[in-house]
Amino acid sequence: MARYTFQRFVYMVITLFIIATLTFFLMKLLPGSPLQNQEKLTPEQKALILKEYGLDKPVPVQYIQYLGNLLKGDLGVSFQYDNRPVTELISDRIGPSAQLGFQAIVFGTIVGLILGIVAAIRHNHWEDYTATVIAVLGASIPSFVLGGFLQYFIAVKLQWLPVAFWEGFKYTILPTLALSVGVIASIARFMRTEMLEVLSSDYILTARAKGISQAGVIMKHAIRNSLIPVITILGPMTVNLMTGTLVIEKLFAVPGLGEQFVRSIELNDYPVIMGTTLFYSALLILAVFIVDVLYGVVDPRIRLAGGKK
Amino acid sequence: MEKILQVNDLHISFDIHAGEVQAVRGVTFDLYKGETLAIVGESGSGKSVTSKALMRLLPTPPSRIKQGEILFEGKDLTKLSEKEMQSIRGAKISMIFQDPMTSLNPTMTIGKQIMEAILKHQKLSKDEARKRAIELLQLVGIKNAELRMKQYPHQFSGGMRQRVVIAIALACNPKILIADEPTTALDVTIQAQILELMKDIQKKLGMSIIFITHDLGVVANMADRVAVMYAGKIVEIGTVDEIFYNPKHPYTWGLLASMPSLDHKDTELYSIPGSPPDLLNPPKGDAFAPRNPYALKIDYELEPPMFQVSDTHYAATWLLHEMAPKVEPPAIVRERMERFADIVARKGGKPRG
Repeated sequence: MARYTFQRFVYMVITLFIIATLTFFLMKLLPGSPLQNQEKLTPEQKALILKEYGLDKPVPVQYIQYLGNLLKGDLGVSFQYDNRPVTELISDRIGPSAQLGFQAIVFGTIVGLILGIVAAIRHNHWEDYTATVIAVLGASIPSFVLGGFLQYFIAVKLQWLPVAFWEGFKYTILPTLALSVGVIASIARFMRTEMLEVLSSDYILTARAKGISQAGVIMKHAIRNSLIPVITILGPMTVNLMTGTLVIEKLFAVPGLGEQFVRSIELNDYPVIMGTTLFYSALLILAVFIVDVLYGVVDPRIRLAGGKK
Repeated sequence: MEKILQVNDLHISFDIHAGEVQAVRGVTFDLYKGETLAIVGESGSGKSVTSKALMRLLPTPPSRIKQGEILFEGKDLTKLSEKEMQSIRGAKISMIFQDPMTSLNPTMTIGKQIMEAILKHQKLSKDEARKRAIELLQLVGIKNAELRMKQYPHQFSGGMRQRVVIAIALACNPKILIADEPTTALDVTIQAQILELMKDIQKKLGMSIIFITHDLGVVANMADRVAVMYAGKIVEIGTVDEIFYNPKHPYTWGLLASMPSLDHKDTELYSIPGSPPDLLNPPKGDAFAPRNPYALKIDYELEPPMFQVSDTHYAATWLLHEMAPKVEPPAIVRERMERFADIVARKGGKPRG
């Protein structure tokens, strides 16, 4: 397992390097410059500022410099927020984003699993059809459409919950709901399919032949075996959730990383764009790694194969 | 001998979109204490459905027991609630299935899977159940039982897994063990070991076995009595000697003739022409008639009743009617019949039938 983990770590570093390179050059292709809306500055002043930040040098030189700083753990300073270091900006903003993402994935996974399990147990009954409709709707409605919908009906019309901002748990409910619907939909769909397959397998028959009750068969034998493929989609789903938060944070005026990220792109704040992208990527790679480890926890066959490596 | 299970006129149907599939159409048999009854027949003859129905393991819907009764310890199993059935399954009647590669839960240790059955039916502590599970593993011939308890199914070979499946089935000393093609998925050497093990355990524990198979070689090795099923009915039932050496039903003749044998290695292997009938619309008369070279006109009109051949031997064919013409069974079967006469003569009895 130690060697396996080390191997994964090396892959993670390589992946991050590739992402850093691609983002750097893509970002340089963006139109405009950080100083595009500063009409009051004279061209001389602008040139001075560009020189100060090293933006006057050719792109390849900038790239080498950037990589050098990156190795030292220096993500640079922001252009828009009074020269504050990017690392500090990220750590300031990570709180709300992390909370939102975490709430959405926990809530979404739990509700999705319950829906999927119920649908499979009550296969071809109304519970199954209801769950399927919810899953299809959840998968086809984008989170920002649902977010606007929730804001209008629950916050504006019914006034049950605040429409936006981030001032306590009440404020987190609507964005969490908007964000988790996609999670619910995909988990429910996968869980239902897997449960149906597992429930018709031979070992379920063996368990029933032992005299175990229907509830016991489902709890002890069916759910765990159905979870294996469901864990697979947790990785890609984290990606969806992260891109989802960018929009949802903007929509609900949540002072999170995503909202800041969108702003930095609008203002060509290169160090923040780079820093946040790298941070998201690292998070993602970590999520995939955790999924790999989870596999081993659930499925003993994988655990042993990994151990032998 | 004491009857432990009586199945009377059992009918099982599956309701599908196209209509009603009559998978089992009136099966009647008794199971005696300590005996092995083999149920043989080709795929789709209803042998597996019958065996699953005894445990009430068929999904309802689409399946339903249309009529008939399954009498066990004074109770009709077809009328019990699911809860009452759960106290019988695994405790008094156990079942082992065809494919050991898929019939164990891949994410649960072997020990837990055996202990689950013990804890469900017996008032034992976890430690006592663990001890019992280790004993069971030793009984089915698994070495290092204590270590093996902590392992998962993928760490066992096919034959070893089938031993574990048998250990689970034996967990509560059942009165009846139903084995649904338990060796079909195993290679022949392992097959022989598993069959030996089952015979050995039967001797030790004295349970009755219902052995479902399509392998007549296995039947000859295992069974005391044999029931031959065709199109959802038992067409012939008798002791293993009677079925192998004095068969009366043309379908049994066909089965025996299509069995590879060392004496006839140069001749082409016989096969019964045609295919079994569609049980969505069962044919009128004898279901085997269209494939039967000995079919009489009445076979297409009226279903034959069970004719008694001996105290233990019955067959459902009009050929046994006193007015039926005498027919000669196929050569291979005739040879067998001659050998049967020898066997009976050696045993000092009169040949029956």
